[in-house]
Amino acid sequence: MAEPVIAARDLSLVFATRDGPVQALSNFNLDIAPGEFISLIGPSGCGKTTLLRVIADLESATGGSITVNGRTPEQARLARDYGYVFQAPALYPWRTILGNVMLPLEIMGIPRAERAVRAKAQLALVNLSGFERKFPWQLSGGMQQRASIARALAFEPKLLLMDEPFGALDEIVRDHLNEQLLKLWAATRKTVVFVTHSIPEAVFLSTRIVVMSPRPGRITDIVDCNLGPDRPLEIRETPEFLRIAQRVREGLRAGHSYDV
Amino acid sequence: MSRSIIPVLTICAGLVLLWYGGAIWMNWQVVADTQARAGATPGLMDMVRLTLNHARPLLPAPHQILDELWRSTATLPVTSRRSLVHHAWVTLSAALVGFGMGTAIGVLLAVAVVHVRALERSLMPWIVASQAVPVLALAPIVIVALGAMGLEGLLPKAIIAAYLCFFPIAIGMVKGLRAPDAMARDLMRTWSATQAQVFWKLRLPASLPYLFAGLKVAMAAAVVGAIVAELPAGAQAGLGARLLAGSYFGQTIQIWAALVAAAILSATLVGLLGAAERLVARRMGARA
Repeated sequence: MAEPVIAARDLSLVFATRDGPVQALSNFNLDIAPGEFISLIGPSGCGKTTLLRVIADLESATGGSITVNGRTPEQARLARDYGYVFQAPALYPWRTILGNVMLPLEIMGIPRAERAVRAKAQLALVNLSGFERKFPWQLSGGMQQRASIARALAFEPKLLLMDEPFGALDEIVRDHLNEQLLKLWAATRKTVVFVTHSIPEAVFLSTRIVVMSPRPGRITDIVDCNLGPDRPLEIRETPEFLRIAQRVREGLRAGHSYDV
Repeated sequence: MSRSIIPVLTICAGLVLLWYGGAIWMNWQVVADTQARAGATPGLMDMVRLTLNHARPLLPAPHQILDELWRSTATLPVTSRRSLVHHAWVTLSAALVGFGMGTAIGVLLAVAVVHVRALERSLMPWIVASQAVPVLALAPIVIVALGAMGLEGLLPKAIIAAYLCFFPIAIGMVKGLRAPDAMARDLMRTWSATQAQVFWKLRLPASLPYLFAGLKVAMAAAVVGAIVAELPAGAQAGLGARLLAGSYFGQTIQIWAALVAAAILSATLVGLLGAAERLVARRMGARA
């Protein structure tokens, strides 16, 4: 087996809050191989976003160990190993779409001419060619989120961390973006860690689904999702798809049973 | 635009009428006493005419102030000691130098307070306390102290102006530099941006609307500061000197003309800043 991109061993994280310590992650073990599309699914408070933020070195684990490309998360962040897509587009309003996508390249000290070429290529990949000179407010929510994906891909990281990127969008736009993301993933063969609330979204996109439960945040099930690389939207009606979705649903229910 | 101009003009006309009424009412007694001493008994229309054209009225009528403004700007050479243009320039230059100094100090303080946690606790209370000292009490001390050190003319006045105008800039800029939300800052962290990059590419652009709000308040404060600073120094030149000289000699029309000149000056400067703000906002993609 290839060297895992992410390896978490007995990972735990306790937040110190005013109401006392909160266990956000507990005994979390997971290996993610290169090229996988992993979805983290679970109810609010199950620690799925926290896990993503630990991988990105935006939070620090309080116990256990985690490596990203064989390094600590901090080393991986400093080496710019990953691109991160947040729940909201978070485009800087005073920059054009092109200016926003070029921003990470600017920060990494890439020459001006090359910045524009690379940023335009990423915008083409998310079907935003022709919108380079627009400002964020001139684009719809779905287009803004696509621009933010282009921004995360701008410096071509091999690992893409996505925190409910389509959570705020309507169902139709969401389906469309899911298809585009799948194509993007097939074309670039990146490793993706994707946080979501939605069972169909997780099953449609993933190669493996990690089902999590809250208080404390832990894994209740890991579901393989071998639907193959070619997934039209209609695949959601097939028995195989429904079977996987059913198993994910059961995993979510099991994690919840004790407090219902 | 043209729909809103009629109500505005109506209100302005109403205010002018009120002013004329006030001038008649306030100057009535003075005129009546003078006439009584001279043994004259003028009619109502004559009384109104006299109250609106008194040489030293309690409240000058608008046309008297305009007349004085015109006489002391357009009909006198700029070099004349009685030219309001000359005095306005003396005040303006001190206010602008003070504004520049105050802006630099305010921005630097804000940058320091935002980046060094300890400074927020130790410096902010002093910044706030500095504005609790009445500038009217402080100005003579500073002017006299600097005068004893041989510093006279523009610089002491500019320092008083700077003292008044660094405050709104520092307060606005601190808020502006802190405006970016957690997500915008986290993005910078995922790219391993340096603190300098976070400042130039995130905090500074985000702070510009707040900076302009502070600059406008500061500009008006700088003019007030320069005028106040002219009062204790023997009032040789400047709009403050005109105010003081006018009050010595009971020249109310001259006082009012200087006041109106100061107001026009401030409004023009703030207007210019507003235009600059709109220009910057357009460059930064603001909605038209």
